[in-house]
Formats: sequence, structure tokens, C-alpha cells
Amino acid sequence: MADDIKILTGNYAAGYAAYSAMAQVVAAYPITPQSPVVELISKLVEEKKLNCNFINVESEHSALAVCINASLAGARVFTATSANGLALMHELLHWAAGSRLPIVMCCANRGMAAPWTILNDQQDSISQRDTGWIQLYCEDNQEIYDTVIQAYKIAESLYLPVMVCYDGFILSHRSMPVKIETQKKIAEFLPEYQPLVEFNPDNPQNINPVVLSEKMFNKNNELKNGYMEFRKKLQDTLLEALTIIPQINNEYLQKFNRCYGDGLIKSYKLNDAEYLIITLGSLGAEALEAIELLRKKNIKIGLVNVKTYRPFPKTKILEILKNKKTAVVFEKNISYGFEGALSADIKAAVYEINNAPKIQSVICGLGGRNVSFYEIADTTEKIIKNEISDNREYWLRTD
Amino acid sequence: MIKQITELSEQEYLLCGTRACSGCGLAIAYRHALKALGKNTIIVIPACCATVLQGMYPVSSAQVTIVNTAFETTASAAAGIYAGLQATKNKHNFNVVGWAGDGGTVDIGLQALSAAAERNDNIIYVCYDNEAYMNTGTQRSGATPENALTTTTPLFGKQHKKKDIIKIMEAHNIPYIATCSPAYPVDLYNKFLKAKSIQGFKFIYIFIPCPPGWGFNPAQTIKIGKLAAECGIFELFEIINGEKIYNGITERIKNNKQPKKNPVEYYSLQMRFKNLSKNK
Repeated sequence: MADDIKILTGNYAAGYAAYSAMAQVVAAYPITPQSPVVELISKLVEEKKLNCNFINVESEHSALAVCINASLAGARVFTATSANGLALMHELLHWAAGSRLPIVMCCANRGMAAPWTILNDQQDSISQRDTGWIQLYCEDNQEIYDTVIQAYKIAESLYLPVMVCYDGFILSHRSMPVKIETQKKIAEFLPEYQPLVEFNPDNPQNINPVVLSEKMFNKNNELKNGYMEFRKKLQDTLLEALTIIPQINNEYLQKFNRCYGDGLIKSYKLNDAEYLIITLGSLGAEALEAIELLRKKNIKIGLVNVKTYRPFPKTKILEILKNKKTAVVFEKNISYGFEGALSADIKAAVYEINNAPKIQSVICGLGGRNVSFYEIADTTEKIIKNEISDNREYWLRTD
Repeated sequence: MIKQITELSEQEYLLCGTRACSGCGLAIAYRHALKALGKNTIIVIPACCATVLQGMYPVSSAQVTIVNTAFETTASAAAGIYAGLQATKNKHNFNVVGWAGDGGTVDIGLQALSAAAERNDNIIYVCYDNEAYMNTGTQRSGATPENALTTTTPLFGKQHKKKDIIKIMEAHNIPYIATCSPAYPVDLYNKFLKAKSIQGFKFIYIFIPCPPGWGFNPAQTIKIGKLAAECGIFELFEIINGEKIYNGITERIKNNKQPKKNPVEYYSLQMRFKNLSKNK
């Protein structure tokens, strides 16, 4: 095996990506299953392999506060967290996006308390989908490494923060071969971070002051933005990311010979598909096996694994779902009081289609409950044949 | 170091037309502190009176770089800015200063403050204490003194003692702690100058009389500030590497060079203490 291919856990793949990207400030607080990411980085810093300020903070809240402000001061920053740590950051997630800072953060997905669980689902990151962050989901450890590198380029092109999500334990603690690129080659792909604001004593600025609802005149009698103009710019840029992400995915392919679908979604056997399984994260690998099982039964089915969940690739989804009969959405989260968040988003996306396909939400794998490809195949087949249909989300293997 | 107020620089970093209330002790202290800190300064401000004082976008009364931040993050945000400047080898040699109120320090910001002090981050942390949540309308804070009426202790006054933030900071073994007041601008200016020259975590406490919050005539801000020191309710001192040195009026009182005043006048000038009887 070549020297640059290491056997790494998902957490170490994430940590090595921050190393390859030469993160300059890392602030973090321990939480299972994320902790090994920042343990690795602190070791690389103490060994002087990575020239980086590693700040041991007293909470995830402060971890993100340090990253936001170090990024504002012009540094490339990194942090990682999970579940309750991410929830504690909630207010600061809004600050990061509103401040338009290209922070890259990994989320090793874990279920939310109460009751306590340290095991995997995606309730943590899905609960943060409306904070203005780009959210990218990964399926294997090489994808984690490559996605973190791409995330810096996406973030720094658009001045938006990016959350790279991967399933706790299933990926975070499972070892796989991962190719680590040299810092030199990564630097060719990822130019130095150019901060939007320069701290200059001769041109002092008041950053993130109180902004009024209506537009206001400045001292030069120029009409400046009100609060809503700033908010709309954030949304406009997030939508622009739907164009930028595929471009960067393609650039990465040219440079490193690896890519992940078009950067927005990964798909499998869509050409003649009448039915679809749609999912998010590492469930995609299980679902792929389920597709093979169902295809053997002559069910014409394909797979969509959503990589970019925010911004939501609506047009892409709409295009794929035209002329399909049924789409079954397997996801490890629920928007309580409604159904799976991804399923609801897909329904909204296909609203414009005449004779839109039936879309069934399946909630599975919460708190680390195992989801096998047999179960995915079996459940999908029953839904296609209308054997499961009670007009609400279906809870896989749950009493 | 300066000896008298006429030696203060004429350079202003806080322009006229701030949104501070009339007689605001904070505006006076801020103006003189900025003169000492100079233009190569980044002030980190959480949600507090100072946020409003700066003015609203797109105008600003401050002539140094201001970074607004979440309520509880003054110390961690300042630590982040310092880390970022260091990592990018910024050449401006900025003073990074956290500037938070009493609520932002002794209540919601205490956790991040404690962590930054424990790491001995190279920043100046300022707690300006107007003894309640004044920006939101005078609600009780951990720093509100016993018996003071606030909008959340409206009838009987606060039933608990004031939290002693200095003792908390002393326990962190930081290189520099100082107290000051807008009533003594020369002392305040010199303490900021000194803090600038010290490496590591510096904590400066400013006792800020607040006319609307405390209920006194805005013309009496300096008088109230002086009375607090003259009757020993507020003390001027520095703690340099653990060693406490009293300054100014407090030093004179401690060394019996000047008698301590009866606090009756201090209390009777403020509406917030109207429940206090003279013998209490």
C-alpha cells in the first residue's frame, strides 16, 4: 500500500483533513464520539507538525466563539463536535453564518438527550438546519477527508460556514483506507484564506453592530442596508452555493481523481428507475446493497443519497423525481410533530410536479439502532406494494 | 503614567453624539480608557449598554475597531481574536480588550471569563459594573447590591448580597487586577496604561454610577462615584501578581490619613435605596 494511504477512523480522516488544509486556529471541547478528531490535532500541534493555535476551551459554546473571532481576525479555523455540544453552539451557529465567516466544523452525528445516548443518529445536525450553515453529509472516511478539504474551498469562496456531518461510531470509529494528500498539493487546490474584513487601526470598523429594520443613511448620505437586506444576502449566497459546490467537486476530481456525485447528490441506477430510495449519510451504503437485492427481484429502483442538505438541491431532486412512482425516504431524524425532515423537504420540492410520486417517510436508526440493508429492502418493497400505508411516517422496527 | 487630568491626550476615540443616557458613567470611563488604549485596539462588546452607546449601523461613535459578540462570549471572543491575530502574524500589535457589563461578567459571561483567565490569555477584560441589567431596563444582576430596588426586585429590594467578582478573579492567579471609577479619570487612565504593558490576563473593574438605573440626578454622576469611594462602598486598588496595593482615596482611608464618610448621603441620593431607613 502506498505511504500516503493510511488506515484511519472517520474522526482521524477529519483531523488529517484539518491538518492538510493547515488550519491556523482550532478550538474544541471533548464530546463523544467527536473527541478523537481534536485529540489528533492537539498531538499534531504539540509535535510541531501543524503550525496552529490550539485553544482548549471550557465549552462548545466558547469553542465556536473562539473560531468565529479567530476567523474574523483572518485565520483559517476548525472545530468539531456532536449532539449536545452542537446544540449548545446553537446561538453561535447563527452568529457564524450572520458574520459570513468561512468556518469549517465537523459534526460526528449522535442522538440528542434526553434520555442519554452516545450513539448515532442525525437529530443533532438536522436540528440546526435553519442556522444559515451549508450542511454536507458523508458516506465513508475518504469522503470525510475530501469533503472537509472541499468545505474550506466552498466556505472561503462564498464566506459561509460549512458543517461536515458524518455518522458517529459507524464512521467516526470505523477504520478504512484513506488517501491523505500532501499539504503542498492541497495548497494548490485551496489558496490562502482572504478575510473579508481587515483589522486596520487607521480604518476602524464597528463589526456586527445593531442594524435597524429599515435602510439608513450613513455620514456620506449613502443609503445602507437594513436587517432584511443582510438576511436576504445570506439566503442568496446559500442558493449560489448550489452552483459553486458542483464546480468545486469537479475541480477536486480534476486535481485528485475523486468526486462524490455532482457534489449535491450521489445517485445509483437512476436510468430506468421507477422507484427510489432517498437517504442521507452512511445509510447510503446500506441502501445501495438494498437496491441490489430489490433489482434481483426485478423491481426497477434507484438510489439518491443527498450530500448537500443545505442549501437543498431542489431543482435536482425535482428533476429526478419526475415520472417516478414511489420514493421511500430513510432518515435518522424526525421533525417532531410532522415527519422526517428530509422527507418533508422532498415533498416540498416535488410540489410543482404533476402526478407527483408517493413519498413515504421512514424513521430509522435513532440512538444507534442498527439498520441493515435487508430491512431497507424489505420495508421499501412493502411500501411500494402498499403493504405499509397508514398516512404517516413509518418507524422501522419500533413498537 | 500621568499625574493630572490636563495631561490626558486630546485625541478622542469616542466621538460626541453617542447614544448613552445623559450623565452616563460608562461613557466617561470608556472615553478615558480609549485614550489610554489608543487606536491599535480591538474592543469586544457583548450585549450591553456599550453596544447601544456605539450607535446603530451605519454610524458609529467609536474610532477604534469594535467587534460585537454574543452576550456570554466576551472572554472567548477576545481570546479568539487574539489567537487569530497571532496565527496570521498581524503586525499592528493590537490591544485586545473585552468590555462587558456586570451581567455579562458575573452572571452569563462568568464561565468563558474563568476559562480565559485560567489559560492566562493575553487580553484585557473590563467589567463595567452599573450593578444591574441597565440596557434591558434595570433588572437585578448578581452584582446588584443588597436592598437595591430593580425592576425584578421591585418592592423589597434585592434580598441577597452582591457577588464579589474580584475574589473570583483573584482565585485565578492572574498577573493584574485593578479597580477604577469614572470619578477618578487619572487613576483609570494610568491603570489601563499599565494593563497594556503586562503580558497575560488583565482584569479591570470599573464602578459605574448609572443615573436612570440608580435614580439620581444625571449631574451627580461624579459626585456619586466619589461618595462610593469616600465611604468605602467601592475601593480603589490593584492586585499585581497577588499583591494588593490600595490607591488614591482608598489608600488614604486605609492609612487613616482621611476619615471614612458616613454612607447615608450615598444611599439617600439614590431612589433605588429608598426602602433603606437611615438607621439600617
